[in-house]
Amino acid sequence: MGDHHHGPAKGIGRWLFTTNHKDIGTMYLWFSFAMFIMGGFFAMVIRAELFQPGMQLVEPAFFNQMTTLHGLVMVFGAIMPSFVGLANWMIPMMIGAPDMALPRMNNWSFWILPPTFLLLASTLFMEGGAPAFGWTFYAPLSTTYAPPSVTFFIFSVHVLGLSSIMGSINIIATVMNMRAPGMTYMKMPLFVWTWLITAFLLVAVMPVLAGAVTMMLMDIHFGTSFFSAAGGGDPVLFQHVFWFFGHPEVYIIILPAFGVVSQIIPAFSRKPLFGYDSMVYATASIAFLSFIVWAHHMYTVGMPVAGELFFMYATMLIAVPTGVKVFNWISTMWRGSLSFETPMLFSLGFLVLFTIGGFTGLMLSIAPADFQYHDSYFVVAHFHYVMVAGAVFSMTAAVYYWLPKWCGKMYNEAMGKTHFWISFVGFNLAFFPQHFVGLAGMPRRIPDYALQFADFNMMSSIGAFIYGASQIMFLYNVIATIVSGKPTSEEKVWDGAEGLEWTIPTPAPYHTFETPPKIDSAHAHS
Amino acid sequence: MIQVNANPAIDTAIKLVVVAIAMFAFVFVVMVPLYDVLCDALGINGKTSGEAYTSVPVAVDESRTIKIQFVATNNEGMPWEFGPSVTAMKVHPGAVNDTVFYARNPLPEAMVAQAIPSVSPARAAAYFHKTECFCFNQQPLDGDSAAEMPLQFIVDQGLPRDIRTITLSYTIFDVTDMASGAVAVR
Repeated sequence: MGDHHHGPAKGIGRWLFTTNHKDIGTMYLWFSFAMFIMGGFFAMVIRAELFQPGMQLVEPAFFNQMTTLHGLVMVFGAIMPSFVGLANWMIPMMIGAPDMALPRMNNWSFWILPPTFLLLASTLFMEGGAPAFGWTFYAPLSTTYAPPSVTFFIFSVHVLGLSSIMGSINIIATVMNMRAPGMTYMKMPLFVWTWLITAFLLVAVMPVLAGAVTMMLMDIHFGTSFFSAAGGGDPVLFQHVFWFFGHPEVYIIILPAFGVVSQIIPAFSRKPLFGYDSMVYATASIAFLSFIVWAHHMYTVGMPVAGELFFMYATMLIAVPTGVKVFNWISTMWRGSLSFETPMLFSLGFLVLFTIGGFTGLMLSIAPADFQYHDSYFVVAHFHYVMVAGAVFSMTAAVYYWLPKWCGKMYNEAMGKTHFWISFVGFNLAFFPQHFVGLAGMPRRIPDYALQFADFNMMSSIGAFIYGASQIMFLYNVIATIVSGKPTSEEKVWDGAEGLEWTIPTPAPYHTFETPPKIDSAHAHS
Repeated sequence: MIQVNANPAIDTAIKLVVVAIAMFAFVFVVMVPLYDVLCDALGINGKTSGEAYTSVPVAVDESRTIKIQFVATNNEGMPWEFGPSVTAMKVHPGAVNDTVFYARNPLPEAMVAQAIPSVSPARAAAYFHKTECFCFNQQPLDGDSAAEMPLQFIVDQGLPRDIRTITLSYTIFDVTDMASGAVAVR
């Protein structure tokens, strides 16, 4: 390494061997978008089959493979890597660091992902088909009754868990050691805070997921009986282990989204974030509570009443810090000088729809009522309101918000707003009716349904097609911006934006903050 | 042992790797045993004790009669004929009761089976003591042969008064493949 101020290397080698946080962030973002398209394609197959009652397009076995892979690819391939990519791009720039703390591990944690998902997708072409046991892979469906490809699935989960753990270790090491002088913890932008807490959650629970699939592997191939009653095990144990990972996992997905909207809403309200300190404490409280509520996913397994009550009240408690957050976002806008560019629209869409998803979550938390809702389309509607309108909307907002800083070009605002409105209408058309069919008794994960659900399902399918198609417009807008967008060189692309990332030139140079910036109070609190 | 690394980030990373490994170990050494201990202690899932109960001589409570129902189920693919000799009996708390289940292996080759008990209502599991049960061990049967398998039990006098019927269900599993190895069995 002779020249210290070198630019990117040439050719494919730049991407294969890069240790630059911006390059790695870019690759994460493109990879996760590719997975979003793939998972979206699986969703389109599901909705096409459910367009009308009766068996239309695919075999039930293939339908099950679609629901399984849709969930796995969206959770582990699209949402999680997209936020890791955003963290790679933004955290060093937000805390005044030159790069991530462990750049070579950063390269590795990205590059093991594409082969893993290739392996997972290849199970579709294997004998016996892809995993068909749902993204929650409950034993014994995923052990005794699993297709042979389950072993490849287990290996995929191991590797993507490894990738997530390495990515999280890198983020924690960066935030704890690389902050510019004067950037105290309570001056960090909220996106950095939410990611720091998320990374701790990941380090704590991804190994638990690895443990769960390792036990599956041993049950299938090495004659143990963790989940087999015949050998003294218990299938219910699987659900406890899975959801001990799975519930923190849903906060792993949503906390960075909270961070994103906490950056964007102040920028377009031209006011500092209301209640910064309470936002930090609320995030930490949610993270703590996420470890003691897992059994609310399994109210119907036959827990003692005391257990049901404990998990019910603990779950309801989460509404308190979450309510603090929603209150703070609304208060940030109160008497603000609001403008409604695309990132703000997606953030507001997030705010409204995530709150609806939060309320249905409260309904589901009520143990006696959950016996009716359990495994129905009401649950599907609930978690798509928090996963899609929560995580995906905020991720979309983040891309529109920071894209001009990344590439020095403005996206097409009219097309961005159109993308928002089509997404908003399509999303609600797809998922709002699912509340109704769920309450009326339509179970999830089935390829056929009773005739009385036909109209709502057709609406739902049309909405899903609209939402899916609107993502093509998003892709086009991003590519058109990179290729031929209107150049901008303003450091502060958005006049209300605050934070260190808006003090560097636009487009962001390949290397930033090689000498630490001076932190004054103006840069604090985003 | 204190080694100060040039890059403090490496120290942070090493600590976090230790946390991750500890969480992986946590699943196996804490969660799994704790689950079994809790289920045993609280009688959750209708799990009855896997070990023979050593009875303490107590007076038989003849003021109460509890109906015990027996249910037998074959796990998928298990070809044995398996069932209780009587489907129900009336017992007094504190009394020692005997019954037998019959099993017949219709296939020409020898097989090994394991019966897994479950008590309903789950609340009653902690009060249903088995002093002798074919479910404590794996049951081998030669090809085309039959056997009677004994069960001896006591209903605890502490059984809540609102429970008047207890259902004991056995599911029988084919464990021929597993039987060669040492498998934890209850």
